[in-house]
Amino acid sequence: MAAPKTIKPSAGGGGKAAAKLATGKRIVLRLYRFNPDVDEKPVYREYTVTADPTDRVLDALNQVKWYEDGSLTYRRSCAHGICGSDAMRINGVNRLACKVLIRDVGDHVTIEPLMGFRVIKDLVVDMEPFFAQYRSVLPFLINDSPVPSTGRERLQSVHDREKFDDTTKCILCAACTTSCPSFWADENFVGPAAIVNAHRFIFDSRDTNANERLDILNDREGVWRCRTIFNCTEACPREIRITKAIGEVKKAILKGSRDIHIRQPATSHAG
Amino acid sequence: MIHTHTYDALVVGGGGAGMMSAIYLSRTPGLRTAVISKLYPTRSHTGAAQGGVCAALANLEEDHPEWHAFDTVKGSDYLGDQDAIAAMCEEAIPVIIELEHMGLPFSRTPDGKIAQRPFGGHTHHFGQGPVRRSCYAADRTGHMILQTLYQNCIKGGVEFFDEFQVMDVILADDGRCCGCIAYEVATGDLHIFHAKAVEFATGGFGRVWSITSNAHANTGDGVAIALRRGIPLEDMEFYQFHPTGIYRLGILITEGVRGEGGILRNDHGERFMERYAPTMKDLASRDVVSRAISMEIREGRGINGKKMVYLDATHLGADVIENKLPDIADFCRTYLGIDPVKEPMPIQPTAHYAMGGIPTDANCRVVRDVNNTVLPGMYAAGETACVSVHGANRLGTNSLLDLVVFGRRGGLAMAEFCTTADLPPLPKNPEAFAREQLDRLLGVKGGGEPAARIRDEMQDVMQDDVGIYRTGEGMANALAKVRELKERFKGVSVSDKGTRFNTDLLEAWELANLLDLAEVTALSAVNRTESRGAHMREDYQSRDDANWLKHTFVTQRDGEMDITYKPVTITQFQPKERVY
Repeated sequence: MAAPKTIKPSAGGGGKAAAKLATGKRIVLRLYRFNPDVDEKPVYREYTVTADPTDRVLDALNQVKWYEDGSLTYRRSCAHGICGSDAMRINGVNRLACKVLIRDVGDHVTIEPLMGFRVIKDLVVDMEPFFAQYRSVLPFLINDSPVPSTGRERLQSVHDREKFDDTTKCILCAACTTSCPSFWADENFVGPAAIVNAHRFIFDSRDTNANERLDILNDREGVWRCRTIFNCTEACPREIRITKAIGEVKKAILKGSRDIHIRQPATSHAG
Repeated sequence: MIHTHTYDALVVGGGGAGMMSAIYLSRTPGLRTAVISKLYPTRSHTGAAQGGVCAALANLEEDHPEWHAFDTVKGSDYLGDQDAIAAMCEEAIPVIIELEHMGLPFSRTPDGKIAQRPFGGHTHHFGQGPVRRSCYAADRTGHMILQTLYQNCIKGGVEFFDEFQVMDVILADDGRCCGCIAYEVATGDLHIFHAKAVEFATGGFGRVWSITSNAHANTGDGVAIALRRGIPLEDMEFYQFHPTGIYRLGILITEGVRGEGGILRNDHGERFMERYAPTMKDLASRDVVSRAISMEIREGRGINGKKMVYLDATHLGADVIENKLPDIADFCRTYLGIDPVKEPMPIQPTAHYAMGGIPTDANCRVVRDVNNTVLPGMYAAGETACVSVHGANRLGTNSLLDLVVFGRRGGLAMAEFCTTADLPPLPKNPEAFAREQLDRLLGVKGGGEPAARIRDEMQDVMQDDVGIYRTGEGMANALAKVRELKERFKGVSVSDKGTRFNTDLLEAWELANLLDLAEVTALSAVNRTESRGAHMREDYQSRDDANWLKHTFVTQRDGEMDITYKPVTITQFQPKERVY
């Protein structure tokens, strides 16, 4: 393992180094490093950065990449929890690096790639199997009946809209699926994220093919692999109640219909 | 290693505009279409848009496309082209309805229609007061548009090349556009995409500035590539600062907060927008509100003397905040440690949106001069393009509308073009220019300057001198500094010399794009000796229609920047003084 290195602070958004030196503290990042082109096996390397308590873990990674070791590789884009690029394992749990603050992770932070997918390089994993699972549940509205002759929108009640509000929040970051022990044990398991996206259409009153998706998820690699462990719900950066959603899909399969009672949250999320 | 692919139509960029075009192309039988995106499409920054997309659906009160068009023209400070604006506001209605039919889960009115709420600068009866025009899905409208379009691309069998970075556009020997060069991030291989038609929908370039709502990915790649290939850039001096970014982080707090009744307050607790915009108050257009916030800060009325004011939503109640603005509540709790139900949000203006870009006609065809000479086979849509429907200042929600309306128009125009056009032969060694740029970055020996330091300095000088308030002296300083940074960029060394997922190399290449765009922005800005929309000069404080009611075109020729002008298209609404 390489000796810890101290890195000059850069300020994530641009040149506020002086302020950071005054208020920041030293954080040791222990990072999983693996480039299959040159490394025989993964190693952990340590880097020391100066960070403010309110900095994001992503800001600390950026400090390393921008000023110390440009070869450190991870995905990132929006930096505020919306695009889903930077899901990774931070101190053993799946988080978005841009949605965890330094003050919440302690002085020593271990960062590793998501589990269950091939590592391409460092913190970057192959997302293709994940998107293949997503595509397998028909993640799009199906309704072949004619649209309203008025030329206007299909109507949907606030109550019906509410039934699938929670699962529309998914950003496909894969934090849930790669936290699931059932997925670790069986890579063919469709996984929580795909079920969330199936739920979003199964319970949409405008969609006509709920039963087809319920059949897909009634497969041996479908919802029944879920053992209600709740890792997915805890991992979700969008706070989707994933285990509840999977439960609703299970219930609909058992009933043979999406017309099940859906318990509404305390507040309604419709406009 | 070089790979060659042949398609009819190629869309570069997997955000809202690109995917809308791809959906329309995929509906045309017999056409082969591909989308190239440097990110997985669902990571695109369209997904960060929050508040809504305007269309005069009149679901809750009287509204008309003409009112929407007037507001857009006035918002643009009369620099928008009125024929394109009228078309956009007319088409808004069928396009939003179509998005609903595609599955977009809009929030709903009590009678089940698409819900609508007020938004900055959107009025009834040509400016009489706010109107409920913004169609929304809670405060994640952009996310739902992006997801819905991606879903429909999957449904339509659109072919994607994910994590392919566009590096160049290919112009055939006869001047037609016939493809692009892309770098496969996973392998470092170059790919030649040979096609009859190419659309650039690569988004904006907010990363030119230090405080921005934009993603790290928003580095203006398509716009910079166009510049390098001799295609002009239009109205680059007009860059929007959104009034309400989270203090120091720049993360967007939607105008929807003010649409729902949120109020801006200074250190005295005063609702200062009443002084700046007596009718629309907190819902005046963005340039007006951002300037007002900056003025409050400059005059010492920032909160506790800091560069921020408060956005107060505490009187809206938990129900409105949790139901209509849940993501905003989440951002505040995550990044500020405050609950917007109980405490006001510390905000400052944040670099947000490029009104300028690659010039196009109203059918997304790229034009290569001020006479609207079409560059055959090349298209641009979304923030990358300048139609111009936003002129000197874009109204809130009109970016999402631009994406879907012009994404659709671009797709239809390309489909029509491809059914008759032939495939121009590729020029010799089409990948040479891209290869040269990469080899140069990889060829600098270790120990050179890190790209990040140059980026920091560029962002700081652009923030200070080409921001909300501008002076001739400041902008000249910024222009000189950016040119110095471009020189220093030649000594930047990339430490990762590998071919596998080399984001070190790509970040350096993206910085070259940002530097080019910063230069054109500063040059266009210092050249325009008036104040209009987002371009506010302290040394020329008035709008000057006699001399400056015209679009700026900057073209790079043999390393020199050439400035020309195009008249504004005025149809219904004659320029008049702009008061909110």
